[in-house]
Amino acid sequence: MGKKLESNFTNMVLVLFLITFIASSAVGYVHELTSGPIKAAKEQKQTKAIKDVIPIAFNNNPAQDMIKAQINDKESFECYPAKKDNKLVGVAIKCNTMKGYGGEISIMVGFSMEGKITGYTVLKYQETPGLGAKMNNWFQKTGKGNVLGMNPTTESMKVTKDGGQVDAITAATISSRAFCDAMNRAAVAFAFVKKQSNK
Amino acid sequence: MKNLRIILNGIYKENPTFTLMLGMCPTLGVTSSAINGIGMGLATAFVLVMSNLVISLVAGLIPDKVRIPSFIVIIAAFVTVVELVMQAYVPALYESLGLFIPLIVVNCIVLGRAEAFACKNKVLPSICDGLGMGLGFTLSLTILGSIRELLGSGKMFGNVIFNDHYGMLLFVLAPGAFIVLGYLMAIMNKIKNAK
Repeated sequence: MGKKLESNFTNMVLVLFLITFIASSAVGYVHELTSGPIKAAKEQKQTKAIKDVIPIAFNNNPAQDMIKAQINDKESFECYPAKKDNKLVGVAIKCNTMKGYGGEISIMVGFSMEGKITGYTVLKYQETPGLGAKMNNWFQKTGKGNVLGMNPTTESMKVTKDGGQVDAITAATISSRAFCDAMNRAAVAFAFVKKQSNK
Repeated sequence: MKNLRIILNGIYKENPTFTLMLGMCPTLGVTSSAINGIGMGLATAFVLVMSNLVISLVAGLIPDKVRIPSFIVIIAAFVTVVELVMQAYVPALYESLGLFIPLIVVNCIVLGRAEAFACKNKVLPSICDGLGMGLGFTLSLTILGSIRELLGSGKMFGNVIFNDHYGMLLFVLAPGAFIVLGYLMAIMNKIKNAK
């Protein structure tokens, strides 16, 4: 294996400099190569999420027509209006809540023009696996706590324990409450988008 | 022949998880499903092979006192490459492994093999060692993941075996990882001692 370089000051500085220099250029090069595909993958995921939650056919690019809707003094949600021949047919809203058991939950939810929920996809969560993490199936049409077709502005979108109509996930009431909270916040954003489109 | 023995050594005799007991953090963290286990194992195997290769090449040029920082920089560079590539081409897997990918940098197997093997051996044996250790790690994570997935949610590689209504939640959570790992280690020791 040959003789090792002596551990004197010049050698150490030189070797460390060279190694960090080569390593950082290599990482930079790979970053350059992959930044395109990473962006494309993210966009694709978003487009798919929008399509999943709006079952009605639309022919615009909702991501391009994105508008920000203020829901209170501090927060605003990204809203993706789905239009057919320039007429609004539904809105996908990327809503979130901080009330989850593990912190932030981010959900893409679709509304029909009557304000009914047409679909949802959970984008990001840190809920307990096997409990709160079930939320991506539980509230779907085939799940036990189906919320599709509900209208958060006219119906009380709360878990049954709090006097609402949503069946909470077994042993995950906090996660279910957070889910309802996100839906109700999304409804505020939806009202904003609808009002703006009527102008 | 000797190189083959080095590979087998990593898979069985000195299996990183069951015998050396290195890299427990990702082992316990990501093995809630079999596919996560494979993904994490292969990512680590790639980093192991590449870092062993490079470190065995440059070991003679590195002064002893800055050995560890140099190794860490080399390992970190490969981990970042893996992270970027995964993010670009397998975003779903990247999301489920999430936090644990950057943590490969501090996975003790990688630095451990660099220190114990790669910096003292030639290039080819070092690659074999990285490959063996990587495969051993992948194998043990996959076994652990399959068992936890089956007991916890009634699935095997995502295919439903029985209704998850009967799944034992405990096995998906952290304590289940410790329990399954403990039993697997006991079985491995039993087999080894029988010889």
